[in-house]
Amino acid sequence: ILPKGSTHQTNMLLMSVWSCFFGQDEEDGTETGEGDEWMQGKTLIKPLDQLDLTEAELKEEFTRILTANNPHAPQNIVRYSFKERSYKPISSVDQLAVHFVLEGNLLHQDSDEARRQRAKQGLPEGRLPGLLELLFDQICCFLQEQTFETAVAEKPETPAGKKEQKITNQFNFSERASQTLNNPLRERGCQTEPPPRANFSATANQWEIYDVYLEVLQKQEKNKEKAKAVPKKDDDKGKKKMMLVETQSDDITKVAKVAKIIERMVNQNTFDDIAQDFKYFEDASDEYREQEGTLLPLWKFQYDKAKRLSVTALCWNESYKDLFAVGLGSYDFTKQGRGMLVFYSLKNSTFPEYIYPTTSGILCLDIHKHLPYLVAVGFYDGCVAVYNLKEETLQPIYKSTAKSGKHTDPVWQVKWQKDDMDNNHNFFSVSSDGRVVSWTLVKNELVFTDIIKLSLEGAVSEGPEGVQLPIMACGTSFDFHKQIDYLFLVGTEEGKIHKCSKAYSSQFLETYNAHNMAVDAVKWNHFHTKVFISCSSDWTVKIWDHTIKTPMFTFDLNASVGDVAWSPYSSTVFAAVTTDGKVHTFDLSINKYEAICQQPVVAKKKTKLTHIEFNPVYPIIIVGDDRGYVTSLKLSPNLRKKPKEKKGQELPKGPEVEIAKMEKLLILSRTKKIKTDYKS
Amino acid sequence: RFSAVFIFSPKQAEVEETLKRIQTHKGVIGTIVVNAEGIPIRTTLDNSTTVQYAGLLHQLTMKARSTVRDLDPQNDLTFLRIRSKKHEIMVAPDKEYLLIVIQNPSE
Repeated sequence: ILPKGSTHQTNMLLMSVWSCFFGQDEEDGTETGEGDEWMQGKTLIKPLDQLDLTEAELKEEFTRILTANNPHAPQNIVRYSFKERSYKPISSVDQLAVHFVLEGNLLHQDSDEARRQRAKQGLPEGRLPGLLELLFDQICCFLQEQTFETAVAEKPETPAGKKEQKITNQFNFSERASQTLNNPLRERGCQTEPPPRANFSATANQWEIYDVYLEVLQKQEKNKEKAKAVPKKDDDKGKKKMMLVETQSDDITKVAKVAKIIERMVNQNTFDDIAQDFKYFEDASDEYREQEGTLLPLWKFQYDKAKRLSVTALCWNESYKDLFAVGLGSYDFTKQGRGMLVFYSLKNSTFPEYIYPTTSGILCLDIHKHLPYLVAVGFYDGCVAVYNLKEETLQPIYKSTAKSGKHTDPVWQVKWQKDDMDNNHNFFSVSSDGRVVSWTLVKNELVFTDIIKLSLEGAVSEGPEGVQLPIMACGTSFDFHKQIDYLFLVGTEEGKIHKCSKAYSSQFLETYNAHNMAVDAVKWNHFHTKVFISCSSDWTVKIWDHTIKTPMFTFDLNASVGDVAWSPYSSTVFAAVTTDGKVHTFDLSINKYEAICQQPVVAKKKTKLTHIEFNPVYPIIIVGDDRGYVTSLKLSPNLRKKPKEKKGQELPKGPEVEIAKMEKLLILSRTKKIKTDYKS
Repeated sequence: RFSAVFIFSPKQAEVEETLKRIQTHKGVIGTIVVNAEGIPIRTTLDNSTTVQYAGLLHQLTMKARSTVRDLDPQNDLTFLRIRSKKHEIMVAPDKEYLLIVIQNPSE
């Protein structure tokens, strides 16, 4: 037991000698508890991290105990116990520490091995064999044991000294072996049917990957929709569910779309020159003709089953610029029969795109501006109907009946209006029974509202019981103002034009004594908000400013005028068709008195032209006649003149220019009027 | 309630009519309808010519379609026109079918 930190003055000299050799290496400052006495002499220089203890602490005595435990024996051996399924520490650990082992070759004289050896050597018991003998014996024994282990094992213990053991021959031996019965081997196998195999090959292109992604996306969307649709109530329980039976043979109906494309291509080839003309031809000779223009005939549309009918209505589709609708019926009172609604595309002039046969002749039609598949139709028998082109059926989706307020006389004009406040589609119709009716598409039916009743001023007739009933005028055409929603014009059979408002149902805002015969068409100008045009069977076409009661311009066309239309690209250009088969085109900015183009467009002279319409984008017009043909014509450049600008100035675009043009003309004519009035 | 619509729907009649119109159109020499495997199912030409046209044009259309779609997967082939000295071959592919029309436009 040594107190810590005590200094030993003995062996100082020795220590100093040591330090010379080994250097000052006591900085490690290890605890010098046991042993290393000879290092203690060097504690003159304190290591830096030596504990600084007080005197009391220095004198403190530490007890050390010696135990018999092996300090190197592990104290924390754990064994896995399967019974408890966990690791458990071993309670007792072997504390035995073996320091030295030496295998000896001494045998106890009474042990078996000793006896055996003695027997071999023939020594009597008790006598211990000599060293040499022992060595020799050992070698022999070793060799024997290597080769004859079994033999030695088998031999019983021989009586001591008597019988010599038979020494087995180590050079010439025979092995005795025995064989047990081998079980016969039997092979057992089992074969299953091979799994069906199929060869699969595919290419992984960019578009194939894209297709697969699209399919997955569509499926996901369908699932989402199904999840949404299931809680919804099913309104149409009455409808039968149609199920298409999948036929084994190749279904030809899938070729429908492709067949259509091919038909158009074939037509394009056959009428290639017409298509080229339509697209690119500009009449160069117009430069030499000062003011006149021409109409170039393009395609001619006809349908076999419509040969006897006359074209009673034409309408271009606003969304699909090459599609137009033709209404077929008859203007002849005596020859009333069936009618047809036919749609043509410029891409295929030989056969219509859509055909709807009707029981009564059609007199008017209108395609909705924003929904290109909704078509409103007015019939000779007073009904109105709405067709949906998307539907597969040939029947209209809505039709007015006698109960639901159909007209009692032919419907002369229908026009779609903006959706009302409930977002229902609605359209107006005018008829010879003197009513202007608004029809609203509510769910599955057509709801009508009388907007205005056209009554003849002053004329009353005697009704039953002395009640005085106003005689109704017959409305033959109407048109709605492009900007002012409620304002519209109605032309009547008596030749008057009434300016009406949707709000006032009994009063007209204004009446113009326009013509001597029925007003066939009345149309607002596309650009100038005050101007409208009217035409009549009294051979005249008149242009009006709706604030002035007398017409601005009057044109006499030498034949009954069937229809007149403003051009969509210019405020001063309009065209009229007459019953002598001519198309008259006027441009007021070029010539205020005469037409700049008067051209017969039909082969036979007896054919009367009934309707005309300008295409909203292309420079073509379609003209319908009373034989069921529709002819398309291209307008030559002179007919499409835009105002010339002086060099250097930018060409102003837009409707303002057109309005300004018209305004100039009106001012001129007004001043002329005032002058003539003043003179007279 | 379920009611099955059988093969001869009005749509079928319409398609048949369209095909007939194409066949009788001015200058059209022949019409072939080929299914997805390249087997002609309807034709107005003789057998050997049909088989030849069908096989060759089917491969060409697949190649053309693959080209168009590789350039832009959102695009697809609408039709193919092959103008030769003697006539014009027009091919319009569909998802499952191929319609081939041979026309002589100058007639």
